[in-house]
Parts: sequence; structure tokens; C-alpha cells
Amino acid sequence: MNSKFTDKIATGFFWFVGLSILAILLWFMWEILGKGLPHLSWDFIMGMPEEVMEGGGVGPMLFNSFYILILSLIFSVPLGVGAGIWLAEYAKKNWFTDMVRLSTEMLASVPSIVFGLFGMLVFVTVFGLGFTIIGGAMTLALLNLPVLVRVTEETLRTVPDSYREASAALGATKWQTIRKVLIPTSLPGLVTGITLTAGRALGESAILIFTAGVSVSRFFPDFNLTSSGETLAVHLWYVRSESLVDDAMQIAEGTAALLVLVVLVLNLLIALPSRYYQRKMAGK
Amino acid sequence: MPVTEFFFSLDWTPSEGRYGALTFILGSFMVTGLALLMSVPLAVGGAVFMAKIAPSWMREILRPATDLFVGIPSVVYGLIGLTVFVPWIGKTFDSAGFGMLAASLILAIMILPTILSVSEDAIRTLPTSLEEASYGLGATRWQTIYKVLVPAASPGILTGIILGMGRAIGEAMAVQMVIGNSPLLPSGLADQTSVLTTQIVKEMTNSMFGSTVSNALFMMSLVLLLVSLSLIILIRIVARRRAM
Repeated sequence: MNSKFTDKIATGFFWFVGLSILAILLWFMWEILGKGLPHLSWDFIMGMPEEVMEGGGVGPMLFNSFYILILSLIFSVPLGVGAGIWLAEYAKKNWFTDMVRLSTEMLASVPSIVFGLFGMLVFVTVFGLGFTIIGGAMTLALLNLPVLVRVTEETLRTVPDSYREASAALGATKWQTIRKVLIPTSLPGLVTGITLTAGRALGESAILIFTAGVSVSRFFPDFNLTSSGETLAVHLWYVRSESLVDDAMQIAEGTAALLVLVVLVLNLLIALPSRYYQRKMAGK
Repeated sequence: MPVTEFFFSLDWTPSEGRYGALTFILGSFMVTGLALLMSVPLAVGGAVFMAKIAPSWMREILRPATDLFVGIPSVVYGLIGLTVFVPWIGKTFDSAGFGMLAASLILAIMILPTILSVSEDAIRTLPTSLEEASYGLGATRWQTIYKVLVPAASPGILTGIILGMGRAIGEAMAVQMVIGNSPLLPSGLADQTSVLTTQIVKEMTNSMFGSTVSNALFMMSLVLLLVSLSLIILIRIVARRRAM
């Protein structure tokens, strides 16, 4: 009886752990959204920031967040997806493939602040550009790259070999197979992977403080690649630690809620339909 | 600046030309260790729960929930630390609240999903024959988990823990917001301190490129880089042992 009793206690304990993890998340969401949502208004989301006065908005930061994100994806998606396809379909098992794989893993483990200093060294100091949107986007691309490579490779590996064989039997070349069969089949997985990368890049701050800077252009929207571009995440950090405005806490809480909302919406908009599509493709 | 001073001196006073970074190196490991201590039991317990105990509806709720943990930006974690943990610790320990404990708490929650998902994969991919053999011998579920599943999945769980450790050592912004940023070794849990990443964030923006301070900060980021690279090599060694 004793061991059965212990088993019951253990089961109870594991339920407790699972529910605590859920409770922590709900509590966090409550803290972020409950405190931040009341500060969100059209003026706040679209308005210009203030240096000393109260009531500054985050319009340019919101714009910069997406601008830098899209630029960084333009730099990293072709390279990352290409490398993923190469690893999954072309690479032979030899020392070179091993090196590429090891480099990807190592790139994935580099702390983002180290990327930040690297970007600062290259773009701000050596190229002498100062804090720029383009420098931030290119450094951010380095952060995206390993995730994209891994997701692409994993997704392609889940495509059954029979697809490749059927395509080859119909006389298709390898490139035709990749373009017409493998990429369409693995598209939902790729889109999910890119969305996850985008969510991570949107919340990134350590890289951008040292490359894109903590100030925004006076014009809005400013597409100039060489102006400095503070993003939402950086702004949240900046108002809490350096800014002089009296309502820094309210701005920080509002920015946090906006940031979490953007990440949530991004995930729902893209990840859910693609998951549904994936299930349909799998015949469920 | 002598190399021995950088690695073995606790005295960081750039204004007087003393650049000992040992405080930050030790601080990084202490904060990370404390975070792991809090995070690992919860994460491994959660992994066992999700892989073996939770009914499927519970799993359907928990999986997106842990994904959401990953999606929360690190500065937002920092802000929660600032508005929730810091005042709470301040009241409990009768201090300012900023410090090692607040930083570790935030990090523990940030690395929880990493450790959890890798460990869960490791437990889920174990051959079912292991579990069946254990039940066949009359073991209860707890005995099976404790004596068979967790030991068999331990290389995978270890990989998850190392990945979590890498994330915790490299995290900068969230920690910088709650740790207090004073270059002293902490003597208690609630003491203010500083780690490699936070010191870089704090001083890099106000230091001239090429100055000794800036060079010392770049040296710190090299230390960070080397630590995270050696963690990857450690994971490779663990994976190779598992393959054998």
C-alpha cells in the first residue's frame, strides 16, 4: 500500500507543477496587460515621443520595430532558408557539413549582447555609420539566421521520402522537386518558423541599443536607412533606465502591453492558419 | 592593463585605472546557478507532467502556454521584475529590492520553457518498451518515472539545462533592470551586484571606443562568447555519450 500511496502523492505533485507553470504565465499576462492596457490610446500608439514632457507616444518606435524586423528578414530569410535546404537535401555527410552545422549551433548560442557589440564594432565604428536602422537590421539578421536554418532543415526532413521519389519518377530535376514539391509541402512549417523568428526579433533589445541607437528621427514615418531607429523594446528599456519624463512608468507599462499584444497577434494571425493547413495536409 | 588583474581582481574602479572583472565573472555564474536551482525542478517536473501524466486537453493548453513564455520579450520580463519582484523582495528582506535574487527569479522563469521543452522531448522519445518493462515488474508510475524514465532521459535533460544556462548567462536587458548594478560581490541574496552582461550595457554607451574601459568591456564580451561556445561543445559531448 505504501508505494501506491507515494505514487498518488507523486501524481498530485506533478499536477501541482503543471498548474503552477500555467498560473505563473496567467499571472504574468495579468500583470502586463492589466497594468498596460489602460495606458493604450490612439495618441499613445501613434504619437511622437517626448524627452522631458509627459504624455509622449511611441508611434515612431512601433514603425521602427516593424521596419527593422522586415529589413532583417529580407537579409536573413534567403540565406537561412537556402542553407536549410542545402543541409536537408544536398549536404553529404562529411567534415564540411559538420562544420556548417557546428557553426550554426554556435551562432545560435552567442548571447545577443555579444552580437550587439559586434554590430557596433562593424557598422558604427569601422564603417563609421553611427547608429543606423540598416546596421541594426543587419546585426539582427545574424540573430535570426541560425533559427531559420534549423527550422527549414527540420521542416524539410519531415516531408516523406515518397514525395521526392514520386517527383523524381516523373522526370523532375532536383531543383524542380525542391521548388514544386518540397517548398509547397513544407510551407506551413516554414511560415511558423519565420513567425517565431519574427517574434523573437521584435522583442530583441540588447542588439539594437548598440546598433540602431536609443533615439528616433524627427520625421514619421522615416524610411531613411541611415537614420537612427529606436524600437519598442529598446524604448521600454530606455524610459525605465535613462529617460527624464515623469510618466516613465506608465509609458513603460503601455509599451510592454503593446509589445506583448503585437507578438500575440503576429502568432495568432500567422501560426494558427498555418497549423490548420498543416493538419489538413497531413489528412487529419 | 595586465591580464591577471582582469581575471583575478575584484576591484573595478575605472576612474582610478583599476579594471578587475572577477566580480562580474563570478556574479554571472552565481546568478545563473541560482536561477537553475529554482528553474530545473519546476521545468523537469513540468516535462514529466506533460510527457506522461497530463491528459491531452491539459497538454493542448500547456504547450501554447510555454510557447507564449518564449514569446514574451526580455525587457518585458525585466519590467515585471521591476514592478513585482523588486518591491516584494524589498519588503521581505528590508532592502532596496534590487539584486541577485530578483535577477535570478526573472532568469529562472525565462529559461523554464527552454529546459522544459528539451526535457519533454527527451522523455517522450524514450522507447515505450522501457516503460512497459517497468510496469511489467509491478512498479508504480512514480517508481517508473523516478527509477527508469528520468535516468534514461538524463542526457536530454542535461542538454536542456545547459541550453538554459547559456541563455541565462547571456541575458542582458532583463537582468540589468533589476540587479542594481553595483560592481561588488554580493554577500547575501538580496544584495545589489553586477554581472558581465549588465556591466557592458551600463558602461558601453558612455565609453569612448579604444579607451581602456571600452577594451575591458570588449574583453568581457569575449569571455561571454567563450563561455557560450564551450557550453555548445559540452552539449556535443553529452549527445555523443547518448549515441554510444
